[in-house]
Parts: sequence; C-alpha cells; structure tokens
Amino acid sequence: MIEMKVVSKRFGKINPLSIDSYIKSEGYQALEKAVSLHPTKIIEEIEKSKIRGRGGAGFPAHIKVRALSQESGQKFIVCNADEGEPGNFKDRMLMENDPHAILEGMIIIAYATGADRGYIYIRGEYQNAIKIMRATIKSAEENRFLGNNILDRGFNFNIEIRSGAGSYVCGEEFSMIESIEGKPGRSRTKPPFPTEKGIHNKPTLINNVETFANFPHIILNGGAKFAKIGTPSSTGTKLISLSGNVKNKGLYEVPFGTSIRDVIFTLGKGVKNNRAIKMVQLGGASGPIIPEYMLDMSIDFDRFETFDSKTGTGAIIVIDDRFDIFDILLINMKFFVYQSCGKCTPCREGHTQIVNLINKFINHRASEKDLMSLENLANVIQQTSLCGLGQTSMTSIISSLRYFRDDFFAKVRY
Amino acid sequence: MVNFKINNVEITAEDNTTILQAARKYHIDIPTLCNYPDLSIKSECRVCVVELQGQKKLFTSCSTIAREGMVVNTNSPKVLNARKTILELILANHDANCTACPKNLNCELQTLANKLGIDKNRFPTVLEVKPIDNSNPVLVRNINRCIKCGRCIDVCKNVQSMSVLDIMGRSKDAEITPAFGKYLSDESCTYCGQCSSVCPVGAIIEKDDTDQVWEALNNPNLHVIVQVAPAVRVSLGEELGMGPGSIVTEKIVSALKYLGFDAVYDTDFTADLTIIEEGNELIDRITNGGTLPMMTSCCPGWINFAEQRYPEILDHISSCKSPQQMFGALAKSYYPEKMNMDPSDVFVVSIMPCTAKKYEAQRKEMRIDNVNPDVDVVLTTRELGKMIRQMGINFENIQEVPFDKPFGITTGAAAIFGASGGVMEAALRTVYEVVNKEELVDINFASVRGLEGIKEAEVELGGQKVKVAVAHTLANAKILCEQVKAGTSPYTFIEIMTCPGGCIGGGGQPYGTTTEIREKRIAAIYQVDQDMAIRKSHENPDIKALYDEYLEKPLGQKSHHLLHTHYHSRNK
Repeated sequence: MIEMKVVSKRFGKINPLSIDSYIKSEGYQALEKAVSLHPTKIIEEIEKSKIRGRGGAGFPAHIKVRALSQESGQKFIVCNADEGEPGNFKDRMLMENDPHAILEGMIIIAYATGADRGYIYIRGEYQNAIKIMRATIKSAEENRFLGNNILDRGFNFNIEIRSGAGSYVCGEEFSMIESIEGKPGRSRTKPPFPTEKGIHNKPTLINNVETFANFPHIILNGGAKFAKIGTPSSTGTKLISLSGNVKNKGLYEVPFGTSIRDVIFTLGKGVKNNRAIKMVQLGGASGPIIPEYMLDMSIDFDRFETFDSKTGTGAIIVIDDRFDIFDILLINMKFFVYQSCGKCTPCREGHTQIVNLINKFINHRASEKDLMSLENLANVIQQTSLCGLGQTSMTSIISSLRYFRDDFFAKVRY
Repeated sequence: MVNFKINNVEITAEDNTTILQAARKYHIDIPTLCNYPDLSIKSECRVCVVELQGQKKLFTSCSTIAREGMVVNTNSPKVLNARKTILELILANHDANCTACPKNLNCELQTLANKLGIDKNRFPTVLEVKPIDNSNPVLVRNINRCIKCGRCIDVCKNVQSMSVLDIMGRSKDAEITPAFGKYLSDESCTYCGQCSSVCPVGAIIEKDDTDQVWEALNNPNLHVIVQVAPAVRVSLGEELGMGPGSIVTEKIVSALKYLGFDAVYDTDFTADLTIIEEGNELIDRITNGGTLPMMTSCCPGWINFAEQRYPEILDHISSCKSPQQMFGALAKSYYPEKMNMDPSDVFVVSIMPCTAKKYEAQRKEMRIDNVNPDVDVVLTTRELGKMIRQMGINFENIQEVPFDKPFGITTGAAAIFGASGGVMEAALRTVYEVVNKEELVDINFASVRGLEGIKEAEVELGGQKVKVAVAHTLANAKILCEQVKAGTSPYTFIEIMTCPGGCIGGGGQPYGTTTEIREKRIAAIYQVDQDMAIRKSHENPDIKALYDEYLEKPLGQKSHHLLHTHYHSRNK
C-alpha cells in the first residue's frame, strides 16, 4: 500500500453535510484539545510537525502562524480555496468530502493567533463546494464551534465565504486580498507581506485548504508524530491530483517521498493503451515538465525546487507520446496570456511574445535566434515578475528547454 | 542605520530606505520608469530591478528595503539583460512613431531606450491601434502610447481624490482608461492636467492650441494681445533649458513680442483687481451676514470640482471671476474702448500654467457679449515653450522688456497668486488695511506659505479674530469642503488650489515637476514679490485709475457685469 490517508481518511465514510457524522469520526476533538492549550503551545506543535504549506510554495506553516500571533489588533485568516491551477482538484475534493476538517483547522489557527475574522475564498467555478461550505459554516455556528464565545472559551471567530469570478491570479495571496476587499485581482508590492499588512492593511494569514485540513491531525496526534510521516524536509502526506493520459485518474493521498512513477503506475495503473510517456507536468500549468526517465524522482518540496519552481500543489499530469512538447507549452502559455493581471510589464507583455515564439517553432519558422530569445525572455519573466504568476509561469518552458532541448532544435529552421 | 554595498561601494543608509533611495544619495544611477518622486511606489514597470547576492530572482530597487550586509549589483549582465528585455517588451506594445509625438525628446521611455542602447527590438510589435480619445475639452488621451505605468491613476486617485482613471481589463488587454474605456469627458474630470504632467510618454497631453495662435498672429486684421499668468514667469525658463525657479518675467514679454503679439500684458494686473473685488466681497459678507466661509474662485480646477462634487456649497465660493477672465472681460470692453477699436478685432491669448484654464475660457459665463469668448485661446507654459522653440528664439539671452500699458503696474501681492497661499496672503494684506484702517506692519504671512497640505492662520479684523485656511490638491480641498458642507468649518475665508503647490505646480507646467522643483518655483515667486516696489493690491495706482476711469467702485454695477460670475451644479 503506497497510499496513506490522513486528510482524506473520512472521504466516503462520513456524510459531509452532517456535522454529527463528522463529530462521530473524531471531528472537533482537535479543537476541544486546542482550546485547553495555551496558544503558543499550538504553534509549537505546528512547528514540531514541520508541516509546509500545501498551496504550492511550501513555506513552513509555523512561521506565518507565529508571525500573525505576534501582531495585535484586527487580524484575518484566509483559507485559499481558489484552486485555479489546471490539473488540480484536491481542494475541491476536500471541501466536498470533509468540509468540517477545513473549518476546524481554521478555528484552531484563529484560537492560536487571536484572529476573529476569517474568509474562505472559493473559486467561482466551484459552485457545489461553495454550497457545501456555506452549509458547513452554518452547522458549525449552530453547534457553537464558530461564532461568538466558541465552546464557552470566550473567543470569537466568524467565517465568510468569498468567491472569485474566474481569475487564476486571485489564488495569489495579494490578488486574493484585493479581491476580498472588492477590487480587481491584482497583486501588490511586497514587502510588506500579508502577515504584516493584508486585508485592509491588517495582518492576514493565508493558507491553502489542504494545509488547514492537516492542522486538526497535528493537534490531535501531536506534531512529533506527524513529522515522522514523509521525508525529513517534507513531512506528512500529500494529496495528488492525477490526470492526463493515465488509466485511473483521480485523487490519491501518499506520504511525501513516494515516487512519481509509483503514483502513475501503481495507483494510476499506467498509461492508456500502454503507450509510452512523453512527459509529465508536475503541479499544473505553472509546474515543470519532466521526461519519462525522471519519474523515479520522489515527491518532495526540496526535490521540486531543483526546477527553480516551488510546486507542491501535487498535480501530476501524464502526457503520452502522441503529443509533442509544443502542444503542451502552447496550451500553458495561452493560459497565462489570458490569466496575467496586466499590472507588471514582464508578465503583461512577455506572455504574448512567448506565445508568438512558440508558434514560430510550431510553424517551423523559428531560427536559432528565436530559441535564444525564448530562453532569455522566459528567464526574464521568471526573474522580474511582480507576483507568483509570472515568477512560476515559465517553469514549463525552462524545464522543457533543459530536458527536451532536442525537440526545440528539431523545429529550428536553418 | 544599515550598512550594505551597491556595486562594491560601501553604503550607509537610514533604516527603511529603499535600495533606489540609497543609490541616488550616492549618485549611483538606477533607471526607473513607473517611479515618480512624489507618487507612491508601484513597482510595476520592473525596469529598476537589481541583483542581490545569493538570490536567483531580481528585485525592484524602488520597493526593496536595504538591509544590513546586502550586496547589491545594479549593472550585472543579468540585470542589464533583464532591463533591456523589459524595455523591448514595452516598446513592442507602444506607438513608437517618435517624431509624430508631442513628447519627442521629452519622453522618459525614449530617453531610457537611448540610454540602454536599444537600437533594435528583438520582439515584433503587438500594438493593436485604438482610437484617440478627444472627448475631453482640454486633454487628449492616446492609449496607443500608454505604457501602463500607473502614474496618472496614482495622481488622480491619491493626490486629487478623483479616481477618474483606473486600469481596466487584464493581461494584454489591460488599459488605463476612464469608465468603460472610451471617453474621458464622461467622467468628473476637473481638467487639472496632473495626469498629463506625470505621464512619462505622450499618452495624455493637453490639447495643442498653438495653431490657432499662429493663425491669429498671421491675421493682419486682428489685434492680438496676450496675458501672462503669475506662475509662468518662474517656470518658462525651465521649459527652455534654464534652471528651475529662474525668474524670466521680462524675457517672456520680449519673446512674446518677437512672436508677433501686438501687446503683452500681465495677468498680475487683474490679480490685483481680483483682490480688490474679492477683498470687498469678503468684507461685505462679514459685515452684512453673507455666506461664510467664503472660498476663493480663481482656480478653475477647483470650480469644476465644486460644481460636480460639492454643489451644495457653491454659495460659499466668491463670485469673482478668475484673474484670467477679469483680464478677458476688460480686454473685450474697457481696452477696445480706450484704444478706439472694435472689440471683435481684439484677439486675446493667455499663457497659463494650467490645463483647466482652457476649459474656463470656453465657459458660456465667460462671454461678456454672450457670443464670443473673452479669452480666445489659452496656452500652457509648455505650449508657449514650443512656440518659442519653433521660432528659434535664444530665450536665455533675449533682451528684457517691460509689460505694456495700460495694465502696466502690478504688485507683489498679485505675483504670489502663483503659489498656494498666495491669494490668501494677498487678500489679507488688503483686507486687513481696509478693515482695520491701519498699516500692516509685517506683510508676510508665513503661516500660509509652503507645501503643507492644509495651512491655517488667524488675523484680527475689526477687533475680532478671524481664522483662515489654505488647501492645495483636491484631496485636501475635500477635507475643507466636507467641513463647510457639514456647517462645522471654523474658517471665515478659505483658499483652494487644485494643483500641488498651487499654480507653480500646475498641470500645464514643464514636465518633471517634483517637490524639489516646486519649492524652487515658490522661492522664486516670493522673490518676485520681495522685489516689487508695491506689494499690496490696493496701492496699485493703475488699479485706482481703472476704477476712477471706468469701473467706478468695487462690487459696483460695472464690476458686477464684467468681473463677477456664477456657478452651476454639474452633479450629473
């Protein structure tokens, strides 16, 4: 068994719309335990667990939680459920199958940091998840896990749902904050970081759905026990959204350290019609593209950073040998042309030029100079963009240029 | 204090200093584009990126705070390449037909491209040509030149509190536009022109009216006269290559004569006249229980703002026309009568630091014959600079000649109209002496001078203490207007100017206006005042003569007809 169910352990076993069903399955026990502890103790447990953010960047969770706890005055907690990265569906599955676990994680962090207001920012396309989370908030309020004077412990925490209108960049922290404030989703200059000046310039902690869903397990079972799962640098489990040309597409939960090959072949049962794998894109449109011979690589934050990318969202997109690299790059780059917010130059202007260059390769009109231009522009967009969008959008190009360089030369017209 | 290195130079900087600020202190040049000295940090253009040792990413120096031990490289091959690439990307989506652009040789993008040695572009143009927006009475918006730096949004939103412009659409469709992307005229634009003043390229510029002036000058049947606003004498030199704050009053007269104007007059004269009328109006309002606080009326941007945003308080605004329009009214009545001419043969041009003055001159109320505008054409300081350049005049070395008569004598009080607080000070010099019937010992009201947003002073008038206030920028005006609207304003008299620093910082002034330059122009304006023989409007003998000869008395019937106006709610 390479699967290990921690955050997905209740999937299919409870009625997600029933709080009683959740409570019978250890639900809200972590919260009960948390409120009996001093807030600093909770942060210590999170630190011991060594859990890193599950939204993609893999930032150590305790640093942000502690930073927020040290701020005073009005503070906000945001659950990032704007799962816009193509190939990802883990957050939707979490919301639809175990919604109370997400709330419980948020409430624990609210208690630990003294934040009294929270938002769940759910992708507009996820109408079902929005409905479920609304109902979940309501039942949690009715059962005094949310609202004022939670569990008679004298602390208040209220959660509102916010929803985007189809903008990918709203998954980026500051764009999401702008969107929550009612403005168009465009990033801000950093620093200050959200934990210093976020929503309405008040300290704000933003975590991914999966990160929040992990906190109850950490509190209930202890950080040290959690840290034993996975690898030393990447503890716990990871939800994997497996898609593309693979037989058993779907969501799987594996401990960090599992190899990509195991996920594709053991869990996904390999490629349809047993075709060869041409490439695998990791993380989504903003992730690296790797060749078949690299599939023994393990799922691990540090390993992923070798691609100059921080791609821990956990998507694995399998692409068989009927496709060539430019098919995929064009899809990715057109996506970014559409999704750039238009605020900073490299991202606004750069993606259009990247698409032009890719098209030149596709049409066999590219020269060696164009290859240099493509490589240069991809690097500049990555190095100089304002927010995570432009800083990661070039990962597929840069990794392709590394692992599929011959494919580029094959298209160059001499 | 932090110690760090830029290009191997040891730098010591205050805490919370950006890399860019620190570099500039040490004369290390880092190119910038969206950055503008008085506006917020946007870090959008990404031109100012630098390399930090140990970091793969590049960092914008405008927004990155210098930290102890940092090792910064502003010119590494990686930085130079990124900067060049970014500029090429901008140029590939920019109407770069430079010789057909009014900002040619005055364009920050062009200068930067030249500086970075961009002589070809690796990227093909992706510009989708869009129509030019000519709907606004004073400004032309050419989106094809816009590089989305966001300065105009910033100045309109944060300095003027208007938010007429914002970014619309995303990715390559992102555009800086008024609502729905088409017409700047649809918006409550006050025509202040600050957007045109900060635009690094030629995307927003004032309407060019120089052709109309050339045509008039070449028409032998017209008697073409020109008036020059107070603030222009301390800024035109800058437009023509002299240092900021150069006083060029009589050089302007000389250049205008060279251009072919039949007579050259000083708006300072009607500024003095404004003080007499407005001062008497204030005294009248105080003594006869009129609406108080009274607010000044010489700034057309402010009038547009009040008419649109604060129609409830229009009664508070002085009924006096602005000095420009008082001049226009006299130029089409008293002047032709005195010179024995037909008023329709007199063509009046004004040189203003302002774009909103173009609109003011077009207002229906500003036509004493109800048909023809009193002021025919308004040119900005920049447009006059253009005409002088066209004629190849060596401005710096031109001989100096005085203004023409009959409006020849002016006072220091009129000159300071050009700076925020100047109208207030000029009014106080007169009102104090008229009401208190004693000589003002110290005529300098230092508390209303300078660049603080809202300034206050207290004066004794007729045995009672009276509070006055001065605001510049519409964001500050809004604060005082809210008080007036709520009936809680503690003031008796309020001066409002739309542009930062007053007219010296006007929307039609030379490009590149910053706080530092504003201060130099302000210093020059007070120098002009200091050097004048007469420094109080009511002591101007030509003004006295004008009343004796023609107007009879302040607030009299003739004054009322020629020199006063009324305002309309335009709260659409």
